[in-house]
Amino acid sequence: MIKVNNLTKRYVNMNAVDDISFHVKENEIVGLLGPNGAGKTTTMRILTCFMPATAGTATVAGYDVFTDSLNVRQQIGYLPENVPLYLDMRAYEYLMFRAKLKNIPRRERRKKIEYCLEMTGIKDVQKQIIGTLSKGYKQRVGLADTLIHDPKILILDEPTIGLDPNQIRQIRGVIKGLGQKHTVLLSTHILPEVEMVCDRVMIINKGKIVAMDTPSNLMKQLKTGSNLVLEIKGEGEKIKSSLSGIDTVESVTYRKKDDANEFYINGSGEKDIREDVFNCIVKDNYILREMKRQTITLEEIFHQVTTKETEEETANA
Amino acid sequence: MRNVNTIFQREIMSYFYSPIAYVVISVFLIAAGFFFAGNLQIHQEASLKGSLDSTQFFLLLLTPVITMKLFSDETKSGTMETLMTSPVTDFDVVFGKFLAALSLYAVMILPTWIYVLFLTIFGNPDFGPIFSSYIGLMLMGGLFVSVGLLVSSLTKNQVVAAVIGIVSLIILWVIGYLSEYGDGWFYEALRYIGTYDHWSSFTKGIVDTRDVIYYLSFTALLLFITVRNVESRKWR
Repeated sequence: MIKVNNLTKRYVNMNAVDDISFHVKENEIVGLLGPNGAGKTTTMRILTCFMPATAGTATVAGYDVFTDSLNVRQQIGYLPENVPLYLDMRAYEYLMFRAKLKNIPRRERRKKIEYCLEMTGIKDVQKQIIGTLSKGYKQRVGLADTLIHDPKILILDEPTIGLDPNQIRQIRGVIKGLGQKHTVLLSTHILPEVEMVCDRVMIINKGKIVAMDTPSNLMKQLKTGSNLVLEIKGEGEKIKSSLSGIDTVESVTYRKKDDANEFYINGSGEKDIREDVFNCIVKDNYILREMKRQTITLEEIFHQVTTKETEEETANA
Repeated sequence: MRNVNTIFQREIMSYFYSPIAYVVISVFLIAAGFFFAGNLQIHQEASLKGSLDSTQFFLLLLTPVITMKLFSDETKSGTMETLMTSPVTDFDVVFGKFLAALSLYAVMILPTWIYVLFLTIFGNPDFGPIFSSYIGLMLMGGLFVSVGLLVSSLTKNQVVAAVIGIVSLIILWVIGYLSEYGDGWFYEALRYIGTYDHWSSFTKGIVDTRDVIYYLSFTALLLFITVRNVESRKWR
């Protein structure tokens, strides 16, 4: 649905987007992840025809964003960051205005608006002036607007920013639901959001794509190791020495915690070491109170891939 | 054209939702009424010529207030982004906004017809110059609105847009007077560019195609520049 090839956007002294290429398939939810100023918004603005790229091509739903701009715009629903709305209009009026602007035939307008009001849960505030609505409701009015012409592609720039946790959950639910019938490209820097909502993640940093895969694959790819956290009652040093005796264990550290010890075990290689550790503990008759695997979160991946480059740079310099 | 209409409707709606329309119309009618009464008292003449001449100055001050928010507000609040990523052309947007502002301008000067009514009740006015004056007023309004629209598309600050708009219109007005200080093509050009000379022939009852063309072409040129300027976000 979205094909981007070697897209570059150059500003006076820097490349906001630097030679990126990616494809988004139909009915896929792709998360665009990156620190502030990484080029997320710029990428989206190019895809929505708000600004052109310096070099490279992009097609959306089969139309080129540079030469077929009006057709592209008809196919997308775009929710910009901060959700700009006309604050002096009533929610229903605003949606009516947008429906006309997006060439929805007169007869279908009411039905479409009703549907969007329902979908985003703003039916009871439709008569209110947008300026008086809370942030969460404004966000939903914006979302309703992006949905109104039933676009094939939704481009959402930080759709959950500034919402309270309950609203975030609701909006996420809405987006996830949309993913069944629409192609969604959303940007965020909230990581759990990506894990929950997206089929695929694209991490971009300084205008370049640094990683792109499904959230679970990304976690597998990067060094997950087999790290365990255990809580064992007994004498710390003794336990440590017997645990270190296991072949597959690389290192063991511990610290006192209440009346027991908390152990951190690093396994060598990819093999699951939980059974070995368990057997060892049972053999020596220690009391095991807790054992859990330490999984690497998307947050760590993000941190790793976005800081790796800077470290390399400083090393080179 | 349907998009032009959509934009037009929204802008009109927005004028009457905000106090701008009411404030501008009230201020104008107070000023116009004052000048009408004053001129009538001094000249004792059943015509609109004197009063309209003075009201022109107020149109000059008030039209940029009508147009100041048209683009500035959209750029500032970010709605420019939602607007320009909808399937509309830049021309649709510019022309829709232009028509909306021009309509508000028309609504503003419409009540002055009541003066004509007074004139016919108490005197015997010549309707020719009155009609031509209103034609002139509308043509001049088109020019004033397009100046304001262009200025509004250049800045995201409404106050700046209004001030620069007013200053530009004043310059455009007084530039005509400068032509009286000399001869030759330069002063002739100043006379042509200035609005005053073209306007005054309308108040005398003359609808000269040269003046009509002056207003229409100047308006078209400014609208064209505005469209280009709105477009310029793409290549800046």
